[in-house]
Amino acid sequence: MELSHQARGSYTEVTANGRLNMVSAPTLRAYVGEVVASGSNRIVVNLAQTTFMDSSGLGALIGCLKAARQAGGDLRIAAVQPQVKMVLELTSMDRVLTSYSSTEEAFGNE
Amino acid sequence: MARFWTRLMVVLTLILGVNYIGWRWAASLNWDAWWIAVPLVAAETYSLIDVLLFGMTVWRLKERTGAPPARPDATVDVFVTTYNEPLELVMNTALAAARIRHPHSTWILDDGDRPELRQLAADHGLGYVTRGEDWDNMPRHAKAGNLNNALMVTGGEFLLILDADQVPEPDILEKTLGYFNDRKVALVQTPQYFNNVPDDDPLGSQAPLFYGPIQQGKDGWNAAYFCGSNAVLRREALMELGLLGYVQETEKSIRRALAASKKAIRQARKAADADSPLVGAMLDEVEAAIGQADSQLAAGQSLGELTYEVQRKVDAAVRTLVQADVQALQADLEEIAAMDLAAVGETGVKVITDEAVQRLSGREWSPLGAMESVQAVLDALTVERTGEAQPLMPLATISVTEDMATAMRMHARGWQSVYHHEILAYGLAPEDIGTMMTQRLRWAQGTIQVLLRENPLTQPGLKWGQRLMYFSTMWSYLSGFAAIIYFAAPIIYLLLGILPVASLTADFFIRFIPFMVVNQVLFAVAGHGVPTWRGQQYSLALFPTWIKACTTAACNVWFGRPLGFSVTPKSRQAGGPRWSLIRPQITVAVLLVVAAIAGIVRLATGLAEPVGTLVNVAWVVFDLLVLSVLYKAVRYRGHAPGEN
Repeated sequence: MELSHQARGSYTEVTANGRLNMVSAPTLRAYVGEVVASGSNRIVVNLAQTTFMDSSGLGALIGCLKAARQAGGDLRIAAVQPQVKMVLELTSMDRVLTSYSSTEEAFGNE
Repeated sequence: MARFWTRLMVVLTLILGVNYIGWRWAASLNWDAWWIAVPLVAAETYSLIDVLLFGMTVWRLKERTGAPPARPDATVDVFVTTYNEPLELVMNTALAAARIRHPHSTWILDDGDRPELRQLAADHGLGYVTRGEDWDNMPRHAKAGNLNNALMVTGGEFLLILDADQVPEPDILEKTLGYFNDRKVALVQTPQYFNNVPDDDPLGSQAPLFYGPIQQGKDGWNAAYFCGSNAVLRREALMELGLLGYVQETEKSIRRALAASKKAIRQARKAADADSPLVGAMLDEVEAAIGQADSQLAAGQSLGELTYEVQRKVDAAVRTLVQADVQALQADLEEIAAMDLAAVGETGVKVITDEAVQRLSGREWSPLGAMESVQAVLDALTVERTGEAQPLMPLATISVTEDMATAMRMHARGWQSVYHHEILAYGLAPEDIGTMMTQRLRWAQGTIQVLLRENPLTQPGLKWGQRLMYFSTMWSYLSGFAAIIYFAAPIIYLLLGILPVASLTADFFIRFIPFMVVNQVLFAVAGHGVPTWRGQQYSLALFPTWIKACTTAACNVWFGRPLGFSVTPKSRQAGGPRWSLIRPQITVAVLLVVAAIAGIVRLATGLAEPVGTLVNVAWVVFDLLVLSVLYKAVRYRGHAPGEN
């Protein structure tokens, strides 16, 4: 899994390319934790190139959401692929996380 | 063939048992002594249901022939859980765990956070995990919390869980991992066996019936369950439970908060200073924000979005109002300065900074912080699961026996389990009766907690066979109440001559004796000759423990009282025999002896009739044999492996 981030004005985009599974979940959690700690509390995770996600990956996203909220911001997800969408529905995580169609839209209503 | 005989005995037990108990209810009750007659027939009915559930369990006894070869690339984390066990014991297990042949990572999960153990782990190249600061001031959830914490920092596909004293064989993973080739399998449990137990097992530590026919039978119903140690779990299944639990708990807490919000705001309005326009205006804003969240929830908007919006609106409203307040303050300061320049001195008028406004608008300092009811509602309108150390709790935290509760949730989600009947780890059993009783109390409490919180009979997703398999274990922990009646009935007859049965005629014996005989034969046949007497003794002899477990667990679940939880010590306790631990049982034994003597005297003086006296004296002898296990148990001083 390749991780990178870029400031986009009102939010920071985190790109997670590859497989977000039990192996890479702790890495993502730590990565986003650092981004939040460095002062960006509004995060959009771009999942356009995330080809696969398991429940550990989802767990990491929830951990990141908590970190962002505790820092007074929010974490949103964008550009979800079909497999990831299915996992979100299967675990009813779509009740918690809205998936936006693009990173620009994620904080678009503010 | 064995299966045929077992099933035949089950059918015979059913027929003869229903025949006997049916007759007891219909035609044998001594209504003049209903106060003992009805409890006794109820206790007997309890026992019949217990044995029928056992019969149902062994009906589908599954003897597995071994797992297919494991995928060589399957990744595994081996967890050795510890709290306060001696370091030598923990390291002995951890180093044996490191020697397991299938590639894996070994982790010591030290809930005691001991620097010496951290150092030992580092010296041997083993992983070491303790709770982070997220757990400060949060519910710790004992072993379930320890495991949940470790799940978040490790990444293996499978987890082998070992108690600190359970030394694994090097081939434990080779023997068990292959079952997971079936992608629906989430759990493989192996037996718990203890090295430090003599052949006569005075404390009833080995559970040959449970880690044998009972788990094999449950396995046949796809209901073999997790017993906390010596088991391999699929991480994916656990994480799925964690996610589902998270969504459920979050939604529940948000719904509850929204439902409580109207009342909370009304209370706050009453309590608040009626003249303060600031508070009134702020409450208006809060009410509007919550009202919108309520309709958003009904419209199916995601919890993340709606909670974020509520918090943002409330925060903005608070800031505006605090700002207004601060401006008034500033104006006052300036007026004061104008009136008395000298007091202000050279520093000029004090300026309240933006930072101060920010701080004053924060949750704890804002006027909202003073309104606890409203604050509580707003605190619950989050997706952070603020009452827990981490949002995801994959291992169930509803019970002190997290293992059973977790397995049941897995089964309800459609996962499968396996019981692999081969000893692959060797542990240490309690070596004194006090420790043993603490351990049994905890198991029983945990089981009753699961029954009361997530009753298997009503859990969606479980099949009826699975429901009854879980229920069977819970039912067996109610035996303490039946035991009291089984002790009381012969005492009452022998002392007072009151018989709970209308008459002890042939009608009684031709129904009772065949049932009792077939009952014992069933245990012998289904048990394949494993010793079951110890277990039968303890299920009656520890009646105070079982009753205490039921009452404390009920008080815990219904009224939130603490259980008085304690970790089972692994080393033997010092001091002489502790007779005080079994005071109720000693009292019962004395009463039984006195009653038997009194009964014989009554018979000799013609006050009692022979058949009744004989039956009840025999019953007393049986009760004393049951209780006799405790005499040995209290005097037991431990046992070194190898000395038999």
